[in-house]
Amino acid sequence: MSAPALEARDLVRRFGALAATDGVSFAIERGARHALIGPNGAGKTTLINLLTGVIRPTAGQVLLEGRDVTHLKPSARVRMGLSRTFQINQLFPDLTPAESLGLAISERNGSGADFWRAAGSRPAIVAEIADLLMRFGLEAEMDRPTRRLPYGKQRLLEIALALAARPRVLLLDEPAAGVPEDERQDILAALAALPPDVAILLIEHDMDLVFNFAERILVLAAGRLLTEGAPEAIAADERVRAVYLGEDAHG
Amino acid sequence: MSAPGPTETLRRLAAHLQRRARWRWPEILFWLAILAAIFALPLRAGIINEVLIAGLFALSLDLILGLAGIVSLGHAAFLGLGAYAAAILASKGLAHPMLGLVFGAAVAAFAGLVTAPLLLRGGDLTRLMVTLGVSLMLGELANRNSWLTGGADGLNFSIAPLLGLFPIDFTGQRNAALYSFAVLFVLFAVARRLAHSPFGLALAAIRENRLRAGALGVDTGLRIVAIYTVAAAYAGAAGALLAQTTQIASLDLFDFHRSADVMLMLIIGGTGYLYGGLIGAAAFIVLRDVISAATPEYWEFWIGLALVILVLAGRERIAAAPRKLVALVAPRAARRGAA
Repeated sequence: MSAPALEARDLVRRFGALAATDGVSFAIERGARHALIGPNGAGKTTLINLLTGVIRPTAGQVLLEGRDVTHLKPSARVRMGLSRTFQINQLFPDLTPAESLGLAISERNGSGADFWRAAGSRPAIVAEIADLLMRFGLEAEMDRPTRRLPYGKQRLLEIALALAARPRVLLLDEPAAGVPEDERQDILAALAALPPDVAILLIEHDMDLVFNFAERILVLAAGRLLTEGAPEAIAADERVRAVYLGEDAHG
Repeated sequence: MSAPGPTETLRRLAAHLQRRARWRWPEILFWLAILAAIFALPLRAGIINEVLIAGLFALSLDLILGLAGIVSLGHAAFLGLGAYAAAILASKGLAHPMLGLVFGAAVAAFAGLVTAPLLLRGGDLTRLMVTLGVSLMLGELANRNSWLTGGADGLNFSIAPLLGLFPIDFTGQRNAALYSFAVLFVLFAVARRLAHSPFGLALAAIRENRLRAGALGVDTGLRIVAIYTVAAAYAGAAGALLAQTTQIASLDLFDFHRSADVMLMLIIGGTGYLYGGLIGAAAFIVLRDVISAATPEYWEFWIGLALVILVLAGRERIAAAPRKLVALVAPRAARRGAA
């Protein structure tokens, strides 16, 4: 059997006395759809930062398709196939969607350091940008500065950019956060149309979305993995209900 | 509204991506106008030369500040290094201008490469202090090692004719201006090409959102080191030109005011589109000349006032004012012009 697309082994991250991540282990197979849920303060953000390399773990390992990437920079992990989207849009406000996607594609195929060729002069890259624009319904906005795009379109660009890196593993951090109801369907359709061979970890508060999307759910509470299982099992789990009910005051 | 077909999308996309890479006629006119000025105003060749060199220096700062968003208050370090490298080479008998130019740029580039990693940590304030600190250190080193640099007296030297034919000292001021023009134009064309390449796009991404640039696989540190090295080479070339066309390298090239002035020039002209430094340098030096002729002791007051107005009112609004004025006087014509 081949190695999982993404694996965490006993990840620990301490901030002083606080263990924000406390011995978390899990594996996501190639093409699998997993969701990560947990109340506020459970350590979801810290876990993502550990997986993507923004912060280093106190102990434990991160493996991408069997290779240890624990000590690699975020950009190196991206080039090895680990890509992410952000809960709060992290886009390039003055670049257009076409330019942003072109950049992401160039970085992926190694022509990003090319300093003598005009951007947009390679037909293969232009075709791939066009394909991504059309897949995410952004072709009408391709040449507008990103900051002028409607919020829903910006959320779609967030995902398109992550996908332009041709990831093996995609971390989606609350992709539907803040999207108005009438633009929500576009996001859900985009999620449903993600390539089947890409392993996905969805971090989400919206339980409808989680139970529709995920084949397996990881529940994080107080930095530990509380439980892991199929959606039905998680829905019926008393402990999961307890951690969420205990947090009810937050909404 | 029907959706455009795939072919139409591809065509629009390619045109959009390449829209800035093509040379436009106002740009060509801009360069021809400078060339014409050098020939039409022989008595002004000295100040034109000064503007061209300052423009190259400001272009160099634009490469890091305008393209990649890296601030510096010590850019004079590379100007000084380039000047002294060219001056020392010439004083040792290797007085060919082109040789000194390449050597000055190379020495400055090396210093840029070595110091660039210092810019990768911390924020803008850290970078301002680090760059300022480096320029102070280099200035003091030049002061201390007077056996090599001439110390506080500066280093006088004589320069060979360009290509063995054209003197560029005080007897050939027009030649000097043409020499600076040629160097500026070539380096500008290279910078322009670089800015519109995928590498330039990655720099824009670093400027706009460094976190996301990294998350797309851009090795942000490596790119910053690369452009900083190129910018240092450009500043070194400006320094070499300055030394060669005045036949002196002096300690004030490392001075803080040089770093501050070049920042002012760039802010006056606008960052990120490469012409800002050239326009700003011309505006700054001409303004300084005109005002200091009228009020020799207090010219900095007026420069300061102009700067305050510029940043508070906003360059875009000032630039848009004539169009708005036209719109007030002849609303219909303006609308037709805008369509």
